[in-house]
Amino acid sequence: MDFPQPRLPLPPPAVVELRGVTKRFGDRVAVEALDLAVERGACFGLLGPNGAGKTTALRMVYGVTRPTAGVVRVFGLDVARAPRAVRSRLGVTLQENVLLEALSPLENLRTFGRYHLLREPELSRRALELIELFELGSHARAPVKVLSGGMQRRLAIGLSLMNRPELLILDEPTTGLDPQVRLALWSRVRDLQASGTTVLLTTHYMDEAERLCDRIAILAAGRLRAEGSPAELIRAHLAPEALELDVDAAAEAALFSGASAPVRRIRAGKRLFVYDADVRPHLERIRLADGGERRPLVARPTNLEDVFLALTGTGLDAPAPEEPRP
Amino acid sequence: MITLRTVSLPHAFAVWQRNAAMYRRTWKLNLLPNFFEPVLYLVSIGIGVGSYVTEMGGTSYVAFLAPGLIAVAAMNGASFEVTYNTFVRLHYEKTYDSMLTTPIQPEDVLVGEVLWAVTRACIYGGCFFIVLAAVGLAPLPWALLALPLLPLAGCLFAAIGIAFSLHVVTIDLFNFYFTLFLTPLFLFSDIFFPLSDRLSGGWLWLAEALPLLHPVRLARAAFRGEASPILLWDVLYIVAVSALLLAFAARSARRRLTS
Repeated sequence: MDFPQPRLPLPPPAVVELRGVTKRFGDRVAVEALDLAVERGACFGLLGPNGAGKTTALRMVYGVTRPTAGVVRVFGLDVARAPRAVRSRLGVTLQENVLLEALSPLENLRTFGRYHLLREPELSRRALELIELFELGSHARAPVKVLSGGMQRRLAIGLSLMNRPELLILDEPTTGLDPQVRLALWSRVRDLQASGTTVLLTTHYMDEAERLCDRIAILAAGRLRAEGSPAELIRAHLAPEALELDVDAAAEAALFSGASAPVRRIRAGKRLFVYDADVRPHLERIRLADGGERRPLVARPTNLEDVFLALTGTGLDAPAPEEPRP
Repeated sequence: MITLRTVSLPHAFAVWQRNAAMYRRTWKLNLLPNFFEPVLYLVSIGIGVGSYVTEMGGTSYVAFLAPGLIAVAAMNGASFEVTYNTFVRLHYEKTYDSMLTTPIQPEDVLVGEVLWAVTRACIYGGCFFIVLAAVGLAPLPWALLALPLLPLAGCLFAAIGIAFSLHVVTIDLFNFYFTLFLTPLFLFSDIFFPLSDRLSGGWLWLAEALPLLHPVRLARAAFRGEASPILLWDVLYIVAVSALLLAFAARSARRRLTS
């Protein structure tokens, strides 16, 4: 027998919700007027150059940094008022691994589980589950200092899962890891998400964001520059095709003076990125200008990295092109 | 006292368990030096100084010295833990950042660390006591009354040390803490000579401010089995100064660990 579906008057509340959140450290604004919502079961990526305010935003989500203005709600609770209740239901993997190097992975997991007041036999049961999940069985009883970097990172993520969190926060989960370890970690994150865990992560890697995240927010200098799914972001900010070549600024002007319409071009040093609905005409024009000498060119679909560069700037010191300078 | 009231003892105990797990790994190496130190003192004073100074305060010099050294052992046991070790966990190992991703709050970290320092004080002072009792320098059963002093003295020096550590920005400053604070306390707190024999009225009053003086006086009274009203002042001093500094340190911990 079918029961009538209850009608929900409102959509389910977001797991993480930031409303007009600003954080200042003295005169420096780390995060400014940030609005974000992470839906239950989503994988949400926070992208931005170093110093964009990603880690500050994460710290505000788990309540270790208090917003100067605005409200942060997690699981519908005000984090500033109920930090213990919020943190008992989430897990955080910090940028740097914090491990007890003299102790084994098993002892590390048990020690961390006690921070959540887990007791035996659940404590050891959960620790063994995570040893298995992260394939640490061969070193379960060896001191952590003999583990490889990839194993240590897996263990660090394992720690943050001891309390079976509904929300997993990962601050640059795969920075400094080799490709095999990154692939393995991505697959674990996808498994977790499939089992209902909401994931909020920061990363510098666009491939990581593109593979894992349903939604992405790009931060620069503490401000939200754009938000959407990877495909939406590309559609909204750049044409679908990209052409890459090495050319200096003077030659660039000559090459594109013959273009029929103004084209979006981004420069990073000698490298020029050209975006258009169809890059073939540009390609042909460049080949014609080059004569017999065919310079190396790359024509490809526009990706998230292009959007990232377009929104956060290509200079090493430029936080964002349209950022007002103090 | 506002933040100390919100301490969750189970979470503080989890912090204590983390330190205990690390200690257990190397407990034999950690425990052994605790026995060497009293033996070295006894040999040096017993064979050396004790043959020049034969009597002090009505007993042999070594018997005069013994109770004070127990208080010093408690002071040292607690102090190392809340200075160098706390600093390393705070700044290098980022232990507290990791704890604060769980329901643990800064004041739980503080209380857990202080409880652990008290534990170290009891282990260290307890080893010292066992050695003294073994060579007959702890007159039983009265001397057993000195044992409850170990957590008291441990708590006092844990509170002083952690209040300092939470404000220190470089690990080198602990050299000052040890050489300009703990060492003078060690030398001028009634341990090696009775202050009342050497200081005049005004200076004696000033000496009452020295934190180590109070555990030393209590320990000596226990060893001699003599009670006197001034011991109430000693207990009051230890409890009041510990409470004040812990309340201050709870605010510092919050400022240091959250933003």
